[in-house]
Amino acid sequence: MIDLARTEGNSLLLEVMRGTPKGERLLHCIQCGSCGGSCPNGPDMDYSPRALFALIQAGEREKVLSANTMWVCVSCYACTTRCPQQIPITEILYTLKRISLREGLAKGTDGPALARTFVHYLHNYGRSFEFGLATRFYLFNKPFAMMKMGPLGLKMLSHGRMALLPTRIKNVKQLEAIIQKARELGD
Amino acid sequence: MPKYALYPGCSLEANSAAYAQSIEAVCRVLGIDLVEVDDWNCCGATEYHSLHRLAAAAVIARNLALVDPQLDQLVAPCAACFLNLKKVDHQMAEDPNWASKVNAALAAGGLSYTPGRVKVRHLVEVLHSDVGEEKIRSHVKLPLKGLRVAPYYGCQIVRPYKDVDNTEYPMKLDELMSWVGADVVPYPMKAACCGGHLTQISEDQAYELLRRLLQNAEDAGADVILCMCPMCQLNLDAYQSAVNSRFKTRFRIPTLFFTQVLGLAFGLPLKKLGFGKEIVPALPVLQQKIPAVVASVSRG
Repeated sequence: MIDLARTEGNSLLLEVMRGTPKGERLLHCIQCGSCGGSCPNGPDMDYSPRALFALIQAGEREKVLSANTMWVCVSCYACTTRCPQQIPITEILYTLKRISLREGLAKGTDGPALARTFVHYLHNYGRSFEFGLATRFYLFNKPFAMMKMGPLGLKMLSHGRMALLPTRIKNVKQLEAIIQKARELGD
Repeated sequence: MPKYALYPGCSLEANSAAYAQSIEAVCRVLGIDLVEVDDWNCCGATEYHSLHRLAAAAVIARNLALVDPQLDQLVAPCAACFLNLKKVDHQMAEDPNWASKVNAALAAGGLSYTPGRVKVRHLVEVLHSDVGEEKIRSHVKLPLKGLRVAPYYGCQIVRPYKDVDNTEYPMKLDELMSWVGADVVPYPMKAACCGGHLTQISEDQAYELLRRLLQNAEDAGADVILCMCPMCQLNLDAYQSAVNSRFKTRFRIPTLFFTQVLGLAFGLPLKKLGFGKEIVPALPVLQQKIPAVVASVSRG
């Protein structure tokens, strides 16, 4: 049984639990550290998932939401499959990304910009468009790195691996209506 | 002829055309009929989940809803697409409230999806488990003896769902390659992360992950790395020279899609298998390790 008294007054904990399937497993964290130890990027995190979960339970809202942990995560799910307490760690990190973006607390990462640029093409064409994604993302976020990426783009092009024009699905309108409705219904 | 719906995913249209071509060629030989989902849309990769959970799920579910009602299995050759489709189906099945929310969004486009109607599969599962050893072996014309391959699984095909293969040390691709006569090397990091989108947002992290994978493959004595995901192939192949500049290493390990190499063993011509699209060229290595095979498929 989950002791729900532990969530009292802790809005972040409740939001994480609501926003994540099986998110209530978070309450079962035993602070073993298997997650951080399994993470290929563990050393680059401000707080390992284990530490982050302790902070969530302690109600340290701002510390948690401005951490780089979730943006360093690349969704390899090694922590999730190894967690002895079956905590859906990767999915919880996705939930934290969403809350941190909503509250404008994500910082020091190009993750949100990449996500937004990627989704921009999905909304407009129904398909991803690498050439556009790379150009737009680098131009607006890291123009200097763009110079370095140029030769790689040319290599991809000369190997027949990059389209210069996007593909558009037939029923973009239908996709738009679905996305619109989903956004109205909430997260 | 076994028939599956196919969700190719955006990568197969451009950066991984070699995967698309070789899948088509290999499946034709094996008599697998892949029917592309009509008007499929991008799955949102790992990006949409960071912005909006329901919109991300609805966008993915649109594809499940569009699967031909006559078909109940959907093949996704890309790891990210595969997991997205599978995850949305599972999460809808586990939580009826969530399923109604997703369906309320789909309804705005005149669609609906009943969780569980479509089983999402990766191509490796289909070839390994549905087609099986006997049939694969029966199509081998040019055994690949002498080619040392490192099978690379990456993350999202074998995790978080545990029903595809072992989550720590998967073996299905190893077995598949051994059936066509390749020398499969033990590759300890076969299910470690390639960095995914980190090549775009954090080079420092991404290049280190790639360095480990390349070093591990070299230590294992691999001639080529075999991928089953477009993102893994792109990272290991296109960023290999960047990794070399960063770490003063001299990796030159061709990275191919496993279907390209299966196609070689089936005696299919190189040009039908998308060879030449890889940035680190594979032919010099293949000519050195399996000259008779290359000579035979170059004539085709």
